[in-house]
Order: sequence, then structure tokens, then C-alpha cells
Amino acid sequence: MTMQRYSGLSLVREGLRGHRGWRPAWRKATPAAAYDAVIVGGGGHGLATAYYLARQHNMRRVAVLEKGWIGGGNTGRNTTVVRSNYFYPESVALYDLSLRLFEGLSRELNFNVMLSQRGMLIAAHTPMQMEICARIANAMQLNGVDGSLLSAKEARRRLPLLNNTADARFACMGGIWQGRAGVARHDAVAWGYARAASALGVDIVEGCTVTDLLTEGGAVTGVETSHGTIRADRIGLAAAGATPGLAALAGVRLPIHAYALQAFVSEPVKPILDTVLLYLGTGTYVSQSDKGELVFGGGLDRVPSYGQRGNLPMQETVISGLLEMFPAFAQLKLLRQWAGVVDVVPDSSPVIGPAGPEGLYINCGWGTGGFKAIPAGGWLLAHLMATGAHHEISRPFDLSRFAEGRLIDEAAGSGIAH
Amino acid sequence: MQLFPCPFCGLREETEFHFAAEAGKVRPEPAPGVSDARWAAYLYLNDAPKGVAREIWVHRTCGEFFIMERDTVTREVISSSALPGRAG
Repeated sequence: MTMQRYSGLSLVREGLRGHRGWRPAWRKATPAAAYDAVIVGGGGHGLATAYYLARQHNMRRVAVLEKGWIGGGNTGRNTTVVRSNYFYPESVALYDLSLRLFEGLSRELNFNVMLSQRGMLIAAHTPMQMEICARIANAMQLNGVDGSLLSAKEARRRLPLLNNTADARFACMGGIWQGRAGVARHDAVAWGYARAASALGVDIVEGCTVTDLLTEGGAVTGVETSHGTIRADRIGLAAAGATPGLAALAGVRLPIHAYALQAFVSEPVKPILDTVLLYLGTGTYVSQSDKGELVFGGGLDRVPSYGQRGNLPMQETVISGLLEMFPAFAQLKLLRQWAGVVDVVPDSSPVIGPAGPEGLYINCGWGTGGFKAIPAGGWLLAHLMATGAHHEISRPFDLSRFAEGRLIDEAAGSGIAH
Repeated sequence: MQLFPCPFCGLREETEFHFAAEAGKVRPEPAPGVSDARWAAYLYLNDAPKGVAREIWVHRTCGEFFIMERDTVTREVISSSALPGRAG
């Protein structure tokens, strides 16, 4: 199927014709009996993997199997922040690859992912936190990405609604600024990759549950699914919280706990916040969507869970953190609250690499930060599946790091809240 | 707010508790003979069961570790009991 290209001209033309000429963005495929590569999980990471397999590695016999619908898992449940303000060189290389791919993504996919690089502040409220911020900003600069230390005065100028009264519990002292950070439309990222992959011949199968991983002589040979047996000798898992259950089908145990991570949106209001803000003191982060809603979240629920709901204590923590930062937001009504199931590893860094039987590759462990990594996760998993070898950026994130003691501890390095 | 049962204190609010580990892990011994892979498996690898899970929790207010069986989807608590050798 040739892709119907989107442009300003096509918008005008369809506008004049009553929008009757738009075609579905991707084919609803029924699976073939065999593929060169099968990807389990039709979220951003899985769809990006399929796209880069076809685009960069010229593999066209590729299927993406999604048990629900495209982008209906964590890709549609996050808070849309993209950034690369991490500490360790390995992490910055990984997340900045992602940010660079995001910067060209709308053009690459011919799909507006609404990337808005409005900048992000990680705000501090104690001298000790400012020292940690200086350390991270220095590390970012040494690792070649844009990061700088912002003064209290400059932070207050950019965030005029911040609580800076004399009795503010978390009076802002400044923090780390990354100007290239921002937000992107999460659904558009999934849809854009799905559309571009489908146009290159990738089969995207929704409503298709994988029930078993088939192996022979220590190598994968295919998957058993609700749509029958599908043969492939290269299988990629990109299923976030569902990864432990899938890997267990091949006898693989992973260093993962599954937790619910909540997010919230308020009713829409006029523009009042034009940056992304993460407050170290409250753990709450917030941005304003193009529709005017405040999109915010915080840390994990502290109870391992596969329920896509979220618990009340964490809601109270997150919302009270938001109101401590912005007392004016107490007037807003909460519009929606939801949760996604995230795959958390001990060092808060992803796991990318081969696992268990030959031909099985995993891309998981992103925990609370998977959305920003979609282009890189797809790029690196595609490289692995096409060549059988690590890309130099994914090599440090191999599963072997746990046995070798090479943890990349971003919880300690950049203060991830889990 | 969910209530969790501490075997020593009874029903208390979930915020008083902290998840420690999956139950049933056996520390490999003797240490000099344990390979890196076995040690890493003991430290890090989990089953992360979807459904009924048997876990070790700590009730932070009394400091006791105990075993809790729960459903990780519905969040229903099935049982809670003291660790072997601890009266509950």
C-alpha cells in the first residue's frame, strides 16, 4: 500500500472535499504463517523497531503483534515528556540518540508528532540539591548535551506561578535546565511509526495475544498466538510490564518488578506554564498540553501491581506536591487519572539485548521513562534483530550487566524516583 | 487507602508497609563456590507473577518482616503470616 502523504496542501484539498478522501493510516493485517522477524508489543518501541527494521535494514517480512490496540498501553498512558538530562555517559548517549531522532521524526515519518522543545527545569529547593544539580549539569556538558545550571532568579522568571512566598515549603533555588527537552504527542508517535512501517510492508496485527514462545534446539522458531502459529527465527519483545510473563514462556527470568505508575490531567485552561517542570522536593512533574490541560505525575505506587489503576496514597502525594509548587492550581478540577504498568529494574536503566534462546531479543526495563526513549529503543532493537549484534550504544545495557556488576544506576545518578 | 494485615499489629494502612522481595529465594552457599550468575540470579531475578504472588513485606512501624500472599491484579490480600521462627 502506498502511503497517502500528508501536507498543508492535502489538508486544504480534503477540507474543500469534506474530508472524505482520508484513508486509514495503516493496514489492518491478518498474520502470515511466517516472517523474518516478529515483534511482540505494538506500543511505540515495538512499532519503531518494525519501522527501523524495514527502513534501515531493509527487512520487509516483519510483523508486530499487539494483544490490544496500537499505542493502548504505556505509549498512550505517559506524560509525553522527552529529554536527555541523565548522568552517566551510557545513559546520555542512549537518551540523546532518542532526542535527536525525535527532532527529525515528524519529517522522517511525514506525521506531525507535535514535538515542542519548550525546555525543562529540574528544580531544587536546598543548597545540597543545587550541588547535585550542578553535578548533573556538568556531567551533561561533559557528555556533549545541552544542560546548564539555572539561578533562582532565572527559574522564577520562567515559572512566575511558582510558590515563592515567605512560607513556601519548597522555595525554588534554581536547578538544571535543558532547553532541548520538551513534550511530544504520544499517540502521534505510535500512529506515525505504525503508518510508516505499514507503508514499508510491515504487518501490524491488533487483538493478537501471544500465548507461547516456540523453541527448538535452543533457538526460537516462532510464537503461538490467538491467531495461530507464526514462524520466525528472530523475535523481539517490546512489551514493558508484560515482558516478565512473555520471557517466562521461554524460561527466562528478568530483574524486573512490575508497578503501576499514575498520571493525571486537569481541566483545560489558558496558557499558564510554558516549560516542563520536575521538582526534586516533591517528586511531582508537570507540563501544560496544547489543549490547555495540566499533565502531571510523580513516583511509582509502592505496591507491585499489574492493575492499570493506581492507588490513593500516591494520588495524594502527587497532587499535594503539585499544589505546594503552584497553590493557584488548587482551583482546577481533575479531569482524568489513570495508570500504566511499568517494568522497573534495580538500576533504573533499560535492558536491551539477547535473552535466553538464540534469536530472542528484549527491549524492556524502561520503568517510568519509556516514552522519551521510543525512537532509540526501536533503533537499537532493530539493529540487534537485523545484525544479531549490539549497537555500541545498546551494549552497556545488556542483561549481562547484572551478573558482571556493571549497573548503570541512574536512580543514584540523576535522581529518578524509583 | 488499602489496609494490609500485619501478623503482629493487625490491619494497618498500606503506607505503613514496604515491599521487600519475592518470597522463596534461598541464598546460595557457601559464598566462595557461588558463581557470578547464581549470585546475580539470587540478588536480581524475579518471577514478577501476574496474579497470586507470595512476597516478603516489612511493616515499617513495628519493624517486622512477614510473608503476604496477594493478587497483583485485583490487589486482594489472600493471607499474611510471620516468617518462620517468629511468633505472629
